[in-house]
This record gives sequence, structure tokens and C-alpha cells, in this order.
Amino acid sequence: MPAVSKGDGMRGLAVFISDIRNCKSKEAEIKRINKELANIRSKFKGDKALDGYSKKKYVCKLLFIFLLGHDIDFGHMEAVNLLSSNKYTEKQIGYLFISVLVNSNSDLIRLINNAIKNDLSSRNPVSMNLALHCIANVGSKEMAEAFAAEIPRILVAGNTVDSVKQSAALCLLRLNRTSPDLIPMGEWTARVVHLLNDQHLGVVTAAVSLITTLAQKSPDDFKTSISLAVARLSRIVTSAAIDLQDYTYYFVAAPWLSVKLLRLLQCYPPPEDAGLRSRLTECLVTILNKAQEPPKSKKVQHSNAKNAVLFEAIALIIHHDSEPTLLVRACNQLGQFLQHRETNLRYLALESMCTLASSEFSHEAVKTHIETVINALKTERDVSVRQRAVDLLYSMCDRSNAKQIVAEMLSYLENADYSIREEIVLKVAIQAEKYAVDYTWYVDTILNLIRVAGDYVSEEVWYRVIQIVINRDDVQGYAAKTVFETLQAPACHENLVKVGGYILGEFGNLIAGDSRSSPLVQFNLLHSKFHLCSVPTRALLLSAYIKFINLFPEVKPTIQEVLRSDSQLRNADVELQQRAVEYLRLSCIASTDILATVLEEMPPFPERESSILAKLKKKKGSSAKLPDIDETRRQVNGSTEHSANNGTANTSPPLLLEDLLPTSRPRPYSSSPILLSASTMGSAHSFTADMLNLTSTPAAAAAAAVGGGGGGLLVDVFSENSTSPSVDVSEDHLERFVCKNNGILYENQLLQIGLKSEYRQNLGRMYLFYGNKTSIQFLSFTSSVTNNTSQSQLIVQAKPVDPMIEGGAQVQQTLNIECVSEFTDAPELTIIFRYGGNPQHIAVKLPVMLNKFFQPTEMTSQDYFQRWKQLGAPQQEVQKIFKAKYPMDSDATKAKIIGFGVALLDGVDPNPANFVGAGVVHTKTSQVGCLLRLEPNTQAQMYRLTLRTSREPVSHTLLELLCEQF
Amino acid sequence: MFRWSHLVIYICVQMQFMLLFSRQGKLRLQKWYVPLCDKEKKKITRELLQTVLARKPKMCSFLEWRDLKVVYKRYASLYFCCAIENQDNELITLEIIHRYVELLDKYFGSVCELDIIFNFEKAYFILDEFLLGGEAQETSKKNVLKAIEQADLLQEIVLETVSQIY
Repeated sequence: MPAVSKGDGMRGLAVFISDIRNCKSKEAEIKRINKELANIRSKFKGDKALDGYSKKKYVCKLLFIFLLGHDIDFGHMEAVNLLSSNKYTEKQIGYLFISVLVNSNSDLIRLINNAIKNDLSSRNPVSMNLALHCIANVGSKEMAEAFAAEIPRILVAGNTVDSVKQSAALCLLRLNRTSPDLIPMGEWTARVVHLLNDQHLGVVTAAVSLITTLAQKSPDDFKTSISLAVARLSRIVTSAAIDLQDYTYYFVAAPWLSVKLLRLLQCYPPPEDAGLRSRLTECLVTILNKAQEPPKSKKVQHSNAKNAVLFEAIALIIHHDSEPTLLVRACNQLGQFLQHRETNLRYLALESMCTLASSEFSHEAVKTHIETVINALKTERDVSVRQRAVDLLYSMCDRSNAKQIVAEMLSYLENADYSIREEIVLKVAIQAEKYAVDYTWYVDTILNLIRVAGDYVSEEVWYRVIQIVINRDDVQGYAAKTVFETLQAPACHENLVKVGGYILGEFGNLIAGDSRSSPLVQFNLLHSKFHLCSVPTRALLLSAYIKFINLFPEVKPTIQEVLRSDSQLRNADVELQQRAVEYLRLSCIASTDILATVLEEMPPFPERESSILAKLKKKKGSSAKLPDIDETRRQVNGSTEHSANNGTANTSPPLLLEDLLPTSRPRPYSSSPILLSASTMGSAHSFTADMLNLTSTPAAAAAAAVGGGGGGLLVDVFSENSTSPSVDVSEDHLERFVCKNNGILYENQLLQIGLKSEYRQNLGRMYLFYGNKTSIQFLSFTSSVTNNTSQSQLIVQAKPVDPMIEGGAQVQQTLNIECVSEFTDAPELTIIFRYGGNPQHIAVKLPVMLNKFFQPTEMTSQDYFQRWKQLGAPQQEVQKIFKAKYPMDSDATKAKIIGFGVALLDGVDPNPANFVGAGVVHTKTSQVGCLLRLEPNTQAQMYRLTLRTSREPVSHTLLELLCEQF
Repeated sequence: MFRWSHLVIYICVQMQFMLLFSRQGKLRLQKWYVPLCDKEKKKITRELLQTVLARKPKMCSFLEWRDLKVVYKRYASLYFCCAIENQDNELITLEIIHRYVELLDKYFGSVCELDIIFNFEKAYFILDEFLLGGEAQETSKKNVLKAIEQADLLQEIVLETVSQIY
């Protein structure tokens, strides 16, 4: 078909293209283009009316120039004129121009839509197709508005020719993607499903895609498509390839259609009807069997098409996750592909097996391929394939093979591509922790990790090793010994110095008995690294030194000398200088007892989900498949708090700060005054954190120490005068706690109430810390909770608390909370005690709000809009427009939305300035899905907040809670 | 009751765009199935061209790129490159590319890069008959070519008379 010589050849265009191709330089090309643009502009502006052919030719030239990458700012009108030409070729070029260069100029859109409308009603298939193609290519909202009602009619009309049906189906699909709300569902949907029975396979091919998209939007409306799809699939897989004539592709019967049908079936769970189910199973078995048959052709197209269907069938088997035999067969088939000579197949087998590993039925079968996968990691030449092997190893890892897999990944890491190192580091760190039977192995692994890939070890990883060592007595001595040995290397990664400094500062005494690691040797070793380190590490080392002074009085003079040196005391960095000054002073004036108290060993960290896992999840993004069942479950059960971590993983210090609050093992003030006063006073950077290394100043510590008294140092300062507190119920603090779970709940001159709480689905636990700020004891201390809402909404049980609080001491009370159904009123805490003979009465609202029972829900933009639409009834939506109370800072807003308990969804809202979130409120009786959207208007300093949930009262409650936060 | 857990979380499948470019990095054809601004399109094109051209022969035809999957294949001096969603079927996309090449080949008669340069509009028309909205519309080679042939016959015929032909 020598089309080039066909009658439409535009000589002028061909000449122009040749000219451009002959240009020797970029400048020459631009010159030639500018000349042409000037020419076209003058022609378009000229008095003489252009004939259709010339118009077509010039529009085509403009198109060519645009496709070369140049901007085109005129000619749209001429293109629109071509749309109404009565010559096919002119119309076609007009539509092409519009499709490629959409312009949002509203006048033009109106004209274009007019032309399209005319063509759609022309009943002329070629014009109708051109118009439909144009709609599908542009797919704008304006077009959806104009044609969303018309296209379904064309699609299901009896007299529509096949090719128009095909275009109409996919045109509708495109509009449904861009503006799903505009596509009216209705009587036509049932008829669309029946297109699956159409005789013309092209019509079926186009219709399946449409049905799949619509079925995702409203699965119930398209349930009948399941049986039709199975029947169709069954006919295809059992047909002799030749039956399908031109739909057979390299001896494979209708591969595109088969893949699409298998995809449609993935929108639904396995069919409930037994007959249908067995028919589908038969199809899947047939597809699996065909994979074993000898190829009918040596062409790669044959095997690709056949395997495309096979992989889609396996995806469906995995999606159903219900037929163990099929899952195992799928796994064996993929196992064969793991060693195939085609790189593409190896890649796909690794990828597909990764999802199989998460099924309980096939996990063991996947594990049998471990050697092959390890081999792939070592020998594959393509990094994308190696990456898949890493993912698969991670997914198949469990207690039985963790040591082998971790060792292999560590050795791979030494030569791994830079692009994937950080991810491998995170994965190794997670596995090492998760599957550690003995923690010496864990410590070795992490230290190795730092040695091999120190630059890629993020803070979360080394924080975590410290948390674990501190929490486990049995590994502390080993850890101290190992870091000591590792630090002997002449060149150490700075992260290793950090871990070493911290661990020796805490547990150096455990190895100090050996003369080879005596206190002085330890100190000298650490200090030999000091000068090569960055400021934060040096700050950490200084803290380790002061800890040494406590642990080993014999090195005190040496360390004091170091602290006293000019390079410390007069360091240009204010943080280092301050630490040196204060630690030096502390070591000089504090008694051994005080030193021992101030510098006591760190208390264990509260157990919670590893921050590393949170980081990995964040790194992989919401679309990533969760690597294994365990984690999926953890994700589901994770507390709201953990999801807050999830969101802040990148700004890591706060994560750790939170972990460090020593509230899981609260002590009386006297035993650990500084730690507690600093943390319960809610200072953003607690001194505890400082003990690790961070940036806050140790002023509190120093001030306290310099004060010199016994316990309750800070407390004495505050306790001088005390007036009788009021009995009004304190409520204004409540809104501060909507988006956070910890902090100071209440404080007056006598009493401070600290709060820490955690929630998991519909259950919560709250710890209240009552600190006596005076030096006189509180007597007859009682604290009780009054629940203003009925027991059928919220149950709060308070454990009894000691009736006496010593001066300067702190006691803890635990509350168990259960949310039975939605509620609005927060419970109230009543505290009564006697102070110096005077009765005291305090009432405080407890920050237990409905949003505390949120579980965040990650979802794609598609799902989001789908659900948004499903919650479209007027009573389900609430909206409020309000003035900003706080500076409109995007990061702060994000943190608040995450703190509120929902998942913050990036990239869902087309306007990046808006915030979109989703979550499920768990109560005992129900779960209520909630979608929210916050639109800031920085100019007006206003916000608009919209919420949709399935229950009206929930929408209102949540709206009221959240709108006070910004 | 509205519960997430009962809804299948499923990510929509579709081809995001198709690019044809030469070994020298000259873009020959671009088709976008998702709305993007010109600036973004140019950026994607630039980045992807570099990435794909840097790959060695024999490497796998799929690569993860941003949060998409890129499927590409080289035919003589031209690279055909499609971006699909992560869950989409890579092999069938590879065969979409091949079928398009077959269509061009059949229409132009042993197609070469020059055919596509000088008749870019035809390349677009053929693509529209084959793929629409990023989905395969008509996979029969015969039917696609028949539609194009018909259109060619219509070139200069006044359309009002066409409905009488049908």
C-alpha cells in the first residue's frame, strides 16, 4: 500500500520537512521555522480566503513544528474551521491538530464541541469515528460535560456500526477516567455488559476495557459480567487458534482479549456459583497446561503473547488466593521461568513470585527457589532484574532462612548499584531485627551494614540498634565488646562512631574489667575519632564522655581536661561549647550520687513498630505491594500513633524523641528528676533526647545540677507560692490534643498532669502522670473519670491510684478506653486531694475524641474519587469555611492531618496546595469510612474543609474537631 | 454499612503514553493518554530518552521509572516506548508495540524512519485506529488496515455522499 503517493500528498509539507532535515545547525532550523511561521501567519491573516487544501497544509505544518518541540500560539481557529469541512482529509487533519494541541481557550472549546456534535449526529461512521477519537484523545472535562450523556446512547444503539461502537466504548472509558462523576449510570449499563457476547471480537475487546473501569467504580452494577467473561474466556482458551481468524496472533487465540477478560475478573472475588467457579478453574488450568506444551512457533511474539495470558492468569490466581493447587502450580511455572534464557521472563517471574510469597498457600513453594534467586542476585547483568531478586528475597524471608538471606544481601550490598543501596540497607535491617533469634547476630548484622554501606544507613537504622540494645540486657555486654572491636579499625564510618559512642557511654562498664578495654582505653579510642566527626557526632561523644565520668571515676581527670581544652570550651559551635561548659561544670560540682542519678542508664524504650519499617513503607510509596503477611497484618493493626510516625519518618528526629520519652517505665521524681521534669514539661526537645545526641541544649540539666539539691530540683523553684486552683472544668486544652496523643494535660502551681495515650482500632489506653510540684505531700488523692456519654457509646475504666503523692514525686494512672459507637462529648477527669490541710478540686476534660479511633487508609487517586462519589448523598457531606487561626504552613498542616489519624494522600488532588486524607473510624459496632479534603486559600487566609462519611453525625463531629486545628 | 475492607483496592490499568524516538534521541511520535502540561511532557520525554538510550542491548525490556513501568523495544533505528501502570501486563504491551510496527510496516510497505517523519499524520491515524484512550481498540490487523484504507479512499470525496455508500 504505497500511501505516500496517495492523492493527499501535500507537496509543500514534504518540502518543508526536507528543508528542516537539511538544516546543518539548530540555529538554521530555528531560522527556517521562523520563516515558515511568518509565512503561515501572513497567509492566515491575508485578505484572500484560503481554500481548504491550503488551510490543511498550513495547519499540518504548524503541527509538525509543534511536534519538533516549538511553541505554537496561532492557527487554532483555522484548525477548528477544518473540522466543519466536508472533505474527509481536511476534517481529519483538523481533528488531529485539536487532539495534539488542546487549548483551554473557552471560545474554541465551544466551537470544537459544536463541530463534534455535528459529526456525532451525522450518522456517518467515518465522521463519527473521527469525532469520538478526538473526544478520547482530549478527554477534557468540558467534553465530558457535553457528551457524557450522548456517547452511551451511541454505544448501545442497535443500528450503530461495529467500529463506532468500539470507539464509543473507549471514548467513554477515557471520559470516565477524567471525570467519573459526569458519566451517568443507568439503563445502558446492562446493555453494555451484553457487549461481552457480541459476535465481533473487536467490539468485545473494546467493551471489556470499559466494563473493567466501570466495574471498579460500582462493582455491584456489573456483577453479571463475571459469568459472561468466564464464558467468553472459556470459548477462547478452548478454541482452535485458527477459529478466531485475524484475532489469532502468532498462533495464540485473542491474547489481548484474554488478558483483558482476566483483568476484569480481578475486580471481583472468586465466583460464588460453584459451576461458574469450576468453569473458571478449568480455564486457568488450561492456560497453565498450554504453558507446558511445545511452542507452535519459534517467534518471540508467540511466546510473549502466550506468556502474557499466562502471567495474567497467575495474577488472577494470586488475586483469588483460594486454590492451593493452582497457587502451587503457578509457583512451579514461575520457577521454570526463573532460569529461562529470556531476561524478560526472568524479570517477570521474579516480580510475580514476590506476590506469591505473601500467600500462605504458596509461601513454602516459593521458598524452594531460594538458591536460584540468590544466584540471580549474583549473576544478572541488568540492575532492574537484580532489584526484583532483592524484592523477592525480602518477601520470601522468614525465620528459617533469614540468616542465609541476610548474609547474601549483605554481600550483594558491597557491590550493589548506588540507586538501590538505601533500600537494601533498610530491608536487611528489618529482616535482621524481625527474625533475630539471638540478638548477637542482630548486632553483628547492623554493624556490618554500617561497615559495608555506612553512607546509606539512615538515622532510623542506627537509632533502632540502640533502642534494641538498651531494651535487652542479654546483648548489652556483647554489643559493647563488638563496637569496641569494630572501632579499632583505622577508618570507621561516622555512623559507627555514633553507635559506638552511645553504647560505650551506656554499657562500657560491662567490658571495662578486661585490661585491653579498660576505661581509659575505651575513652582514648572514642576520642581518637572525635576530630574527624561532624558536629552532631561530636555532641554525642561529649555526652558519652560525661557518662564515662559517672561510670569510671578514674578517668574523670582525663575527661575534664579534654572538656577544659580551648578547642571544646571555646569551640566556635555554640552547641559543642555549651555542652563542654555544662558537662565540665556538672562533673566538678555534683556529688557522686547526683551524677549517678543524672547520668543513669537509659530506661528501656517502649516497644512499638520499628521506625525502619515505617521508613521503608514510605520509600516504597503507597502503591508498593506489602512484602509479607506479617507486615500486612501489622499495618492493619498498627496504632494511630504509628501512622503518625509513618508520616514524619523523613524528619526523623521527632520520631526518636517520641520513642525516647521514658514514660513506659515512669519513676518517682527523686530517682530521675531531670529526665522526667524535662519530658513531662513537654519541652519539644527533651533532655533525654539530648543524651542521645540531638540538637537541644543541655541547659535544663545544667541548671538543675547547678541548683545542687536532692530530688525535684526544678520542682522546688515552682513550688514557692501556691494559690487555690479553680474548679472550673478545664476544656480549652482539648483542641491541642485533637492531633496529638502526648503532652501536658493540665498544670497549676501544685500539680502537673502529663498524658500519654495510644489507640488501636476501637481501643485506647491512656497513661496519666500526676506530678506533685510542691515539697509537701498530697493526701487523700483520688482521681475519677465521669463519662458524660452513655456506656453504649464510650467506656472508660480508670485503675485506682495511690492516695498519697509525696512532695516532688509522680504517680501514674492507667485508663482503658473502648469506643462502642460514635460519640461527641469527651469524658471528664475529677481530681480531689488535700494540700497542707486545704481541699483541692480539679476537673479536666480528657482528650478522648472520636478521631482517636481512626485507622489511616492509603488509597490511589482512582479509589479515592470512586469512594468520594459513592458518598455523594447530601447528608453525607459536611463542609465548613473558616479563617486560619495559625500561620498557613503546609508542613504543619500535613502533620496535623496525619495526627488527626487519617492517611494523607499525596497526588490525589489535582491542586497540589490542597490536602486530601482518608481513614476509617473504628467503633465496636461499626466502621465508618471517612474522606476529607482541605483547601487553603492563602490570599484570604481562609480554609475550606469538606468531609464525607457514611454517617451524618460522624461527619459533623469530625468536622468540628478538625476545623479548630488550622 | 460502608466498609473499605470489602472493596477491592485495585489500581486502574492503562497506558499512560507512547513515544517513538530515534537512536540519536530525536522524538518522532508522541501520544499521551493522560492529561499533562507541555512542560511536564517535555521533561518526561527528555528523562526517558536518556534512560532508555543508555540501556544496553540484551537488557530486560521493562524498567521501573518513577512510579510507572516502561516497556520498550528497538526496531532498526527507532525505539518504541510505552509507559504503563505497575500492575499492567508487560508482555502484552510489548506485543502492542509489535502489532503497531506490523501495521506501519504493512501500510507503508517495509516502514522506515523516514516514512514516519514525512507521514507523521498517517502514523497518528493508524495508532488511533489501533489504540484509543490507551487501550487496544481493534487488534485485528486486517480490520485496522481496512479502516485506514477506507479513509484513504475518502480523501477527496465530499462527505455528504459517504453515508450513501454505507
